[in-house]
Amino acid sequence: MATHTLSVLVENSPGVLARIASLFSRRGYNIDSLAVGPTEDANVSRMTIVIDVEDHALEQVIAQLDKLIDVISTDRLDPVTSVQRELLLVKVNTTPETRSQVLETVQLFRAKVVDVAQDAVTIEATGNAEKIQALLRVLEPYGIKELVQSGLVAMERGLKPGKGK
Amino acid sequence: MTNSNADSVTGAQSLVKSLEHAGVDVMFGIPGGAILPAYDPIFDSKIRHILVRHEQGAGHAATGYAQVTGRVGVCIATSGPGATNLVTPLADAQMDSVPLVAITGQVNSTSIGTDAFQEADIRGITMPVTKHNFLVTNPKDIPHAIASAFHIASTGRPGAVLVDIAKDALSAMTTFDYPSSVNLAGYKPKLDPNDGDIRDAARLIAESRQPVLYVGGGIIKANASKELMKLAELTGAPVVTTLMALGAFPDSHPQHLGMPGMHGTVAAVTALQKADLLITLGARFDDRVTGKLSSFAPNAKVIHADIDPAEIGKLRRVDVPLVGDLKNTIDALIPALKSEFKKSQPDITAWVKQVQGWRETYPLGYDHPADGSLSPQYVIERLGKIAGPDAIYVAGVGQHQMWASQFVKYERPRSWLNSGGLGTMGYAVPAAMGAKVGAPDRTVWAIDGDGCFQMTNQELTTCALNGIPVKIAIINNESLGMVRQWQSLFYNERYSNTDLHSKRIPDFAKLGEAMGCVGLRADSRDQVDAVIEKAMSINDQPVVVDFSVHRDAMVWPMVAAGTSNDSITLARSLAPVWDSQEL
Repeated sequence: MATHTLSVLVENSPGVLARIASLFSRRGYNIDSLAVGPTEDANVSRMTIVIDVEDHALEQVIAQLDKLIDVISTDRLDPVTSVQRELLLVKVNTTPETRSQVLETVQLFRAKVVDVAQDAVTIEATGNAEKIQALLRVLEPYGIKELVQSGLVAMERGLKPGKGK
Repeated sequence: MTNSNADSVTGAQSLVKSLEHAGVDVMFGIPGGAILPAYDPIFDSKIRHILVRHEQGAGHAATGYAQVTGRVGVCIATSGPGATNLVTPLADAQMDSVPLVAITGQVNSTSIGTDAFQEADIRGITMPVTKHNFLVTNPKDIPHAIASAFHIASTGRPGAVLVDIAKDALSAMTTFDYPSSVNLAGYKPKLDPNDGDIRDAARLIAESRQPVLYVGGGIIKANASKELMKLAELTGAPVVTTLMALGAFPDSHPQHLGMPGMHGTVAAVTALQKADLLITLGARFDDRVTGKLSSFAPNAKVIHADIDPAEIGKLRRVDVPLVGDLKNTIDALIPALKSEFKKSQPDITAWVKQVQGWRETYPLGYDHPADGSLSPQYVIERLGKIAGPDAIYVAGVGQHQMWASQFVKYERPRSWLNSGGLGTMGYAVPAAMGAKVGAPDRTVWAIDGDGCFQMTNQELTTCALNGIPVKIAIINNESLGMVRQWQSLFYNERYSNTDLHSKRIPDFAKLGEAMGCVGLRADSRDQVDAVIEKAMSINDQPVVVDFSVHRDAMVWPMVAAGTSNDSITLARSLAPVWDSQEL
């Protein structure tokens, strides 16, 4: 299996998320992550879907997505030619002794502290999957109280707009 | 781009006007609370509404109508149970690519999501079994939803579309504004294959020495039988037609090998297995055709022509994809092929001779039971002979369906209707009703099993009351016959729950009479022709004929599920004998 990132433009109509989820469920495709949000056009939403399928099955996944009436276009994003980002919020235990070390880590990863409590700080970080994983590995020894992560969002580099525009 | 007509109307009137604008002449349905506002303007409409006895009947009737006419079939039901009763026919139509539009009432928009009386999320429920569906809560959206539904159902790969409309949207006042065209950003079916692919396909055909035209139901959907004939005669290649394609190419044509698949002819199954090229036209490599996929047509290159890009490579790797309308595709392929053939016409005579040999050595056949009881195949064969190729034959699902596919000879498209993909028992009676409504001048015979018939026979009442004189041949083996056959072959003849006792109860002829039909019966060979002719002579009433047949008859040939097509058996433990060079 291999991970692929798909950028899917869909009609901003009720039920469209259910249609995509239902397709993936009934055809047995595994979703690693899914992010949905508005685009520059109020009638259109963009879904960034990370799926884990064999390379030869990818064309079939794209064809099945394109078959949905509410799907306007499906683009496969190459990690080399696209910008891919995840958002992480993580609450890390701190003591008076460790706080400065944690803050140093935040600096190193160009993350930021968004909330401070007596015994914990909440850190916000964005980056690709590798950076987020690396940050978590460094923070883990201090004790992670809670974390939440967004799905991946991604966009083609350069001037080229997505298909269907 | 709209027909401006600013009349103030109710949403219900807007719905009925929209259906009229969409060209609907008949619909099948049952009223109920949520759809009730729509039934008031239906009362005044020129659209014929046929009041069925169960919503499933409405759905299959609309499907039968659509399969015979090529137009969109329409059914209508209320919310909740009315709508959920349409789920099976929607799934059925979608699997067999039948253009179907279902209209359902929904509870008031203000009550949606509250578990209101007769509320069911039919849009959510039908999402996986429709091509698309709509929930309309604003009355001004009704014309666009209806126009879009008909556009989606009837273009590209046809399919089922559901439009769910909230009751308050039907009751509210609105303006009627029917769009003159529909433009959906995410729906642009590709109608013409790429020129380069056409040239590649022509080259593959010219290089092939063992080609087979593997023809599916898409040829009938695309009304491309004439084009297929030209292509077949130009190439001289053997032709096989799948269960959904019977009639797309005349059974009497010398190049026709019959049906491939689990119960296909030895010649059709073997030709696919030994082919070096499959010219696949509107077929989808269904498991009932391929058997064990990894062993299917192992030496064949594949040209796959289909209007649905998602079928390309779904199951079988394709060498040349031809995405487009089949008529356009064949029209483009023929000149390309002629110019290839000018360079070199392939010699396929050895292959044709070999294939014809299989056909002659292994014809379809059956035995009459030793005890003198009636052979089901004989009944169906005689029915096909007497009613002839201009009749429409509609089957349920099971043994009788397979025998009807084998022993009736089909010469024209849209003369064979069945539930191929979903395999819906109970399809035949309501689909025959819809077929007769769509083609009132043609004789319509449902060939049904005693199990299937008991699932949907209530629609004979609808037929009798509405002047829809269908004829029903019940092939009564008092069993769920195909299941029993599998129990015979694979479960040591342990007949768990397949005995229906239907030679005792019910009395089908009397049941038919009770529903306003003529009831007839036959249980011996000498009665068969007379009873069929009697049924053929009755044209003002539906007819039910109970053919009491031998229960142990089996469908042969057979490729057991999940096994290779190479292991086709002619009868129990009897495999074809191949010359060594053939294998």
